[in-house]
Amino acid sequence: MPAFAYHRPASLDEALDLLSRFGEDAKILAGGQSLLPLMALRLSHPANLVDISRVPGLNEIVEDVEGGLAIGATVTHTRAEEAEAVHRLTPLVAAALPLVGHRAIRNRGTVVGSLAHADPAAELPAVALALGARFIAVKSGGQRRVAAADFFSGFLTTDLAPDELLLAVGFPPQKPRTGVSVKEISRRSGDFAIVGLAATVSLDEAGLIASSALSFFGAASTAVRVTEAEEALAGQSPGPEAFEEAARIVSQSLDPPEDANGTTAYRKHVAGVLTRNALADAIDQIGFAA
Amino acid sequence: MNSPSATATQSAMGSLHSPIDGTATIELEVNGVGVTRRVNARLSLADFLRERLDLTGTHLGCEHGVCGACTVVLNDEAVRSCLILAVQADGSRITTIEGLAETDHDGQIISIHPIQRAMQEAHGFQCAFCAPGFLMTALCFLERNPAPTRAQIREEISGNLCRCTGYQSIIAGVETAVEIMAADRREGAQDA
Ligand SMILES: Cc1cc2nc3c(=O)[nH]c(=O)nc-3n(C[C@H](O)[C@H](O)[C@H](O)COP(=O)(O)OP(=O)(O)OC[C@H]3O[C@@H](n4cnc5c(N)ncnc54)[C@H](O)[C@@H]3O)c2cc1C
Ligand code: FES
Ligand code: FES
Repeated sequence: MPAFAYHRPASLDEALDLLSRFGEDAKILAGGQSLLPLMALRLSHPANLVDISRVPGLNEIVEDVEGGLAIGATVTHTRAEEAEAVHRLTPLVAAALPLVGHRAIRNRGTVVGSLAHADPAAELPAVALALGARFIAVKSGGQRRVAAADFFSGFLTTDLAPDELLLAVGFPPQKPRTGVSVKEISRRSGDFAIVGLAATVSLDEAGLIASSALSFFGAASTAVRVTEAEEALAGQSPGPEAFEEAARIVSQSLDPPEDANGTTAYRKHVAGVLTRNALADAIDQIGFAA
Repeated sequence: MNSPSATATQSAMGSLHSPIDGTATIELEVNGVGVTRRVNARLSLADFLRERLDLTGTHLGCEHGVCGACTVVLNDEAVRSCLILAVQADGSRITTIEGLAETDHDGQIISIHPIQRAMQEAHGFQCAFCAPGFLMTALCFLERNPAPTRAQIREEISGNLCRCTGYQSIIAGVETAVEIMAADRREGAQDA
């Protein structure tokens, strides 16, 4: 591990002070399940680590009156996975969590840390993009909200400034008659996905598709939605024909990178197959709920 | 310039600050025994256990979270000790493979843990380099879920790599542990 100065602030103000003092020279340490491997591999060498794990008030899952849900900065994947409110209010988040690494990783890693890390192959950034999540960023003397669509700006890069701390992520209430699904292909259980998607489909009262989200991971330098396919689904009757057409558009419009785990052509093909399966899966759930 | 021996400052607020390449004093409980040590901020919990406490039962394979060999229990949860800094473990309760068997005051083993017994019966391991990680993973898992399905066992141990066995004997070992522990519980209930 490269050398660094370790700071464990006992309050949010102290954490923000440290971040404003060190700027680019500091990194927030949450669960450490992404940052410490990067440091062990010498891909990151921050001069200061600001460990936020003991900052009070951040380890909270809060329901709002409209039926939305906020997850605080130090809530671990396991804690979110076990929270009843996460399953009830944000089933897409609940569906994605078991796919994040392995149990021992999820016992330490945080939901917010995963979003701040913005790995393009990670599940939760795509989930946040699909749900139109809102990010609450704080720094000394200011707080702002960032929409998911503006948050992920590139490979492992977000809209956060070096002196900003992501306080929480907020998920809006789920629309009525909505089904969700997360599908991915990975080499082994718990590995980062080669390609995958987080999908939601909402039906109108007549049972036609009112809106949908098809949000992909492992398919670009950030999580991406394929809006052409979402638009093509709107107004359609949910069924194999509509799903096949959406899958075709997805395979056509994505341009995933090539690496040892898969070629561009393979990823495009798999993205289409997963789209079909995810849409069918999501629609099945609405059937059950009705 | 901070010298490498510079020590952390602990403020009245309970915060902790170590200078670059400096040390901090941590207090934790390892296998039921309280320990206080001054450690370098960049020391991993795995290296702390192995090098400072001579608990070399915790193994290191990849040192970046992939293999599970270094799995220990921190406050009742299985964690990768290579992905935790010793300073982050300050104030916590750790159990390593050395803490699994029941021992007397001199450290002599009185009885091995049912999971250890099960792995022995099922011939779970070959070289056993991976064994400490699997055992600590299984320990936490069976505490949460004492009657798992085979699919759940496969899922929960999927974060640990074994280069010898092909996993079937390890899965069989966990299944044997489930039986032994259930039988022990029944006996315990009858005795009571
Ligand atoms: C073997 C292995 C397999 C994995 N598999 C997967 C997988 O399949 N899918 C997946 O999604 N992830 C996977 N992960 C990563 C894991 O989910 C991480 O826990 C997670 O991505 C980061 O959360 P963390 O709390 O550990 O963050 P850290 O490692 O502590 O931080 C990660 C980054 O986010 C920043 N950060 C953290 N919190 C904040 C905050 N509140 N405000 C601003 N910045 C912050 C840090 O400065 C750092 O740059 C895997 C990790 C390992 C080791
Ligand atoms: S040594 Fe920690 S996971 Fe491999
Ligand atoms: S028995 Fe040899 S690595 Fe598992």
